[in-house]
Amino acid sequence: MTTKRKPGLDRETIAMRCAREFQDGWMVNLGIGIPTLCSNHLPEGREIILHSENGLIGYGPLATREDLDIHTVNAGVQHVTLMPYAAIVHHADAFAIIRSGKIDASVLGAYQVAENGDFANWKRAGMRGGGIGGAMDLAACAKRLFIIMEHTTREGEPRLVRRCTLPLTAPGVVTMVFTDLGVFEVGPPGITLKEIAPGWKPDEVQALTGARLHVPPHLDEVRL
Amino acid sequence: MRNKVYSSFDEAVADIPDGAVIMVPGFGPGMPKNLLAALHRQGAKALTIIANAPGTTADQGAIPLLVADGRVRKLISSFTASAHPSRPSAFSELYEAGKIDAELVPQGTLAERIRAGGAGIPAFYTPVAVGTELAQGKEHRVFNGRTYLLEHALTADYALLRAWKADTFGNLVYVGSARNYNPIMAMAARFCIAEVEEPIVEPGGLDPNQVHTSGIFVRRLVRIPPPPEGIWDEPYNMPT
Repeated sequence: MTTKRKPGLDRETIAMRCAREFQDGWMVNLGIGIPTLCSNHLPEGREIILHSENGLIGYGPLATREDLDIHTVNAGVQHVTLMPYAAIVHHADAFAIIRSGKIDASVLGAYQVAENGDFANWKRAGMRGGGIGGAMDLAACAKRLFIIMEHTTREGEPRLVRRCTLPLTAPGVVTMVFTDLGVFEVGPPGITLKEIAPGWKPDEVQALTGARLHVPPHLDEVRL
Repeated sequence: MRNKVYSSFDEAVADIPDGAVIMVPGFGPGMPKNLLAALHRQGAKALTIIANAPGTTADQGAIPLLVADGRVRKLISSFTASAHPSRPSAFSELYEAGKIDAELVPQGTLAERIRAGGAGIPAFYTPVAVGTELAQGKEHRVFNGRTYLLEHALTADYALLRAWKADTFGNLVYVGSARNYNPIMAMAARFCIAEVEEPIVEPGGLDPNQVHTSGIFVRRLVRIPPPPEGIWDEPYNMPT
């Protein structure tokens, strides 16, 4: 929300909206950044098992100074609590769970998402090095890939694009995108605007998007 | 039974030679910060480090110090850029300048290459990174209609480990997410040295059902002294 334009959804609200997609019984992996915030907004009445690439199966909300376990952190190296049903495995087993397709939804951040489902989140323009972490494993192997990101870059450039210009994390894998301006579905027709941020109109969102948006005749505001 | 318990970290890492390939676990917790500090004091150079990430600051272990001193020849890791471009690390500065060698590996592929190295498996196929620039030059093969890449196992001369509990035979128990790469690096390295948080007990003092790493893999053990002599984890990224 660093560009000079009217406000969209804040980070907590984007995370909350994304978390509403998690269905009862799902195992979900939350990437670093805004995706981590989903762990504090899990939908009530549904059992969601949070998996972390460093070996936690069944972690809970972020720890406070009072219930801190010095030995236990999430993928973003933030201290988290464990649910009573939690188990801990080693790094290779944590990724065996990912690679074998047992993660129902992976939530990651991105620099760019394309209308063909490609996305890029590990290497910036002009850099030799990159930061992959577990993103390529999750992207290639999770049943669903949700992206949470700001709708535009700090410079106001669209992140939802026709084709990615940055090196890909994985081709053709993104299913949904949650930004400060709305909820988007990525599929065979391209990118569909499913819900829009309050106070925004579809043509305003389109103007900040690098790909053609499909807009249904009855467009809802973002539902929480 | 051989005595594996050493009284100092410096003594435990004294004979690590120049050119050694060293596995270093840790994902926040689980990093052998005392052994790394001793390795930094020891002076070995032209090292190859296999670790999840090169780290940014010295409170994340001494890998950044080894890198800054020009003693790391190559890094094998799932990160070759610092997490925040505004805060470059010793490693990322050298890497962007083309002054240090690195192999960037998706984290699950890194973990599985280490696991394979400890399991006698020379290579394996994975679907991860297919269709990305990391797949260039790698063997592709289709199984059941899906494309996979061939990835090779990793082994090392040494692994430096961080355990919660140990007995004098070298059996190790980890705690919380500090387990991370420790068990697989213990099996993939030819010589393992462990730093241990709790008092090291006699054989029989650990429940064999709860041992995570068998003592057959561990050659040296050092109990971590209380701070400030010993390096203990401080809270990571606490919300304010």
